[in-house]
Amino acid sequence: MSDRELELAATPHLKAGASTARIMWSVVGSLVPVVAAAAWYFGYPALLVVASATLGAVVTERALGPRGSLRDGSAAITGLLLGLALPAGLPLWMAFVGGAFGIGFGKAIFGGLGQNVFNPALLGRAFLQAAFPVALTTWPAVGGGWTALRGATFALPFTGGGATDAVTAATPLGLWKFEGETTPLGALAIGQTGGSLGETASILILLGGAYLAWKRYLDWRVPAAVFGSVAALSAVLSAIDSERYPGPLFMLFSGGLILGAVYMATDPVTSPVTRRGAWVFGIGIGVLVVVIRVWGGLPEGVMYAILLMNALVPFIDRATRPRVFGTGREAESA
Amino acid sequence: MDRPSRPLQLIRSFRSIGGSAFRLSAGFRHGVHPPDSKQLTEHVPIRRMPFPEEIVLPLRQHAGKPAIPLVAAGDRVERGDKIAAADGFVSAPVHASATGVITGIGLGPHPDGTMSPAVRIAVERFSPQIPRPRLVPHWEGLSPQEVVHAVQDAGVVGLGGAAFPTHVKLSPPPGARVELLIVNGAECEPYLTTDHRTMVEHPDRVWFGVRIMMHCLGVARTVVGVERNKPDAISALEASRPSDLDVAVMPLTVKYPQGAEKMLIRAITGREVPSGKLPLHVGVVVQNAGSIATIAEVFQTGLPLVERIVTVTGPGVRRPSNLVVPVGTKLRDVLEFCGGLSEDVTEILFGGPMMGLPQSDLDVPILKGTTGVVALTRAETERRTVYPCIHCGRCLDACPVFLDPQRLGALAQVGRYEEMEDLHLADCMLCGSCSYVCPSNIPLSQMFALGKGALRRVGPTRAA
Repeated sequence: MSDRELELAATPHLKAGASTARIMWSVVGSLVPVVAAAAWYFGYPALLVVASATLGAVVTERALGPRGSLRDGSAAITGLLLGLALPAGLPLWMAFVGGAFGIGFGKAIFGGLGQNVFNPALLGRAFLQAAFPVALTTWPAVGGGWTALRGATFALPFTGGGATDAVTAATPLGLWKFEGETTPLGALAIGQTGGSLGETASILILLGGAYLAWKRYLDWRVPAAVFGSVAALSAVLSAIDSERYPGPLFMLFSGGLILGAVYMATDPVTSPVTRRGAWVFGIGIGVLVVVIRVWGGLPEGVMYAILLMNALVPFIDRATRPRVFGTGREAESA
Repeated sequence: MDRPSRPLQLIRSFRSIGGSAFRLSAGFRHGVHPPDSKQLTEHVPIRRMPFPEEIVLPLRQHAGKPAIPLVAAGDRVERGDKIAAADGFVSAPVHASATGVITGIGLGPHPDGTMSPAVRIAVERFSPQIPRPRLVPHWEGLSPQEVVHAVQDAGVVGLGGAAFPTHVKLSPPPGARVELLIVNGAECEPYLTTDHRTMVEHPDRVWFGVRIMMHCLGVARTVVGVERNKPDAISALEASRPSDLDVAVMPLTVKYPQGAEKMLIRAITGREVPSGKLPLHVGVVVQNAGSIATIAEVFQTGLPLVERIVTVTGPGVRRPSNLVVPVGTKLRDVLEFCGGLSEDVTEILFGGPMMGLPQSDLDVPILKGTTGVVALTRAETERRTVYPCIHCGRCLDACPVFLDPQRLGALAQVGRYEEMEDLHLADCMLCGSCSYVCPSNIPLSQMFALGKGALRRVGPTRAA
């Protein structure tokens, strides 16, 4: 037998399942229907907002990230998620800046993928909210034609913008908080309400999340814990005073809760690695969401709830690290 | 170590063994499910391969001190003659696996990647290879010490891979009480079928070996653990189960690494061997099924350990087989007997794909501890892009000893080995489950092997 070149590789010589890039691109794929729904409700400006945010994220990743890091798909997810968390009438340059900030200050500055503390998309959103509070809370109404503008979409940077006669509508949470009105559940579930692009298509987001959970590309415990704790806490509150506090279904289906719980809180990088930690993290988010919505000055609290819990992840991980085999109680009893 | 609750616990766990017919199977927590790929050889009967022209017998084929050669170049040896003696208690002798003439003692390629001293034998071409007649010791008349001595003298070591001298396991330190003997028939490594075929074709040998070990250890009960993917082995063992012994066959969950000692004990008794302790600490001795069959052979034929069963398999082997191979046969000869390699072979492993040693030289010999030869092709060994760790936690869910591999990996990358020690790096058995599931293709178990090596060189840095 002739001798041949043989390779020497470290064990194991087998490999399971999907790669990181495959997981990330699957997340991108599962968001396509959500983006399509946003376009259905808000016309082509919705697509432009999402595209601008994604462009901002991708360009920044290309400029600041390691070579070839665009291929792992994580920058595209950041851009898409940020875009879906923005109002349809936002000037495109703002969406672009948000994406760039999210990747630059939310990720690249920490050392790139896997090193960041905060969810980059939410950090970009928080930056925009602080920098352009009016633009970020001007919610166009659902409907209108495919081609109709919903705001100063094409405004140049720092020109003021905003002075269009697009029809705006308060979000369900805003209505509840400031007007005391509740929106019917059916409208909430299919997205016939004002709000960010991705806040509206609850059912599609849940379907996308279910697909990812089934493929084990996201940890189902996080959204389960968020939904469970929000439902439980708001059920208790509305049982105490149903006039002041809305019921669990309204709380679950309004605002960015579903998008946040399914797609943002489950970002593996900024959520705990342990199973028990995932429960702690999700419950923490749920409690903070209800607290901010009910007692805070803002109508919506999902973004800050997730960012706050992001900061606690290293501590949660440390506190919930599993007991090593052959140590602790079970080993002593042997 | 002895607490009042312990006998009770034992009874409970044994009762659950008795009820195993009604249970699905026993297992452990975490672990992974690689495709077992055993269909290539699981129904292929064991065949004997012809003697090669040359035999290479490394002096280091077992855990412990290398053997000391007893022969010199030019000596004629017969099959079964001792050619190297054990050096101390934790060591094993080496025997000539074929009749022939010693051509020299010198460095040769060893499967672990080093050059290592080995005895070379030019095999006599027309020898019938009948071993020198010897007295077959009648084990029932022997004291446990004499049985232990006979086992060591026959050079028997664990055939499951680690090659730990068997007689050491048969001599528990005074004061230690062994309550249960576990026969490891899990064979959880993909591709390998040596223990499987041994249990199917020679269940009587397994039981005879069990009888001798029980006599030696003074243990009253034995459980044979077999993964459920070997139903023919389970039924063969059940059919020949001796009625005068307290022995049972227990089907186990098909999961890697079910055959790891601590996982096996957990699956069968429900007990965890404490970190840093031996199975003896929970009153258990574990022995691999193939090794037990070898003990039986020693007392049936008088022939020492000079041959073993090897699975030669993988998509790169033309005729996958289960072979009886004389120890010291070169990899080249074994592959040739199996029809050679296909064109696209990229890696050849000694052992299974999860923990096996890759080979670069076709002149390495089959050792006592070589369970199999697996030839992988381009399709299985494609190099994958390494991405940064995304903290997905899959490695934590895979680790059978509940370590935090992603944290350990981050520490290894920056050389913080002392902190790895604090996170129980010592409990890592390098099973590779974490690397297997990592979506970012980070070579975690390789990093842990390096970390363990670095810590071994400096010694423990903190009190345990």
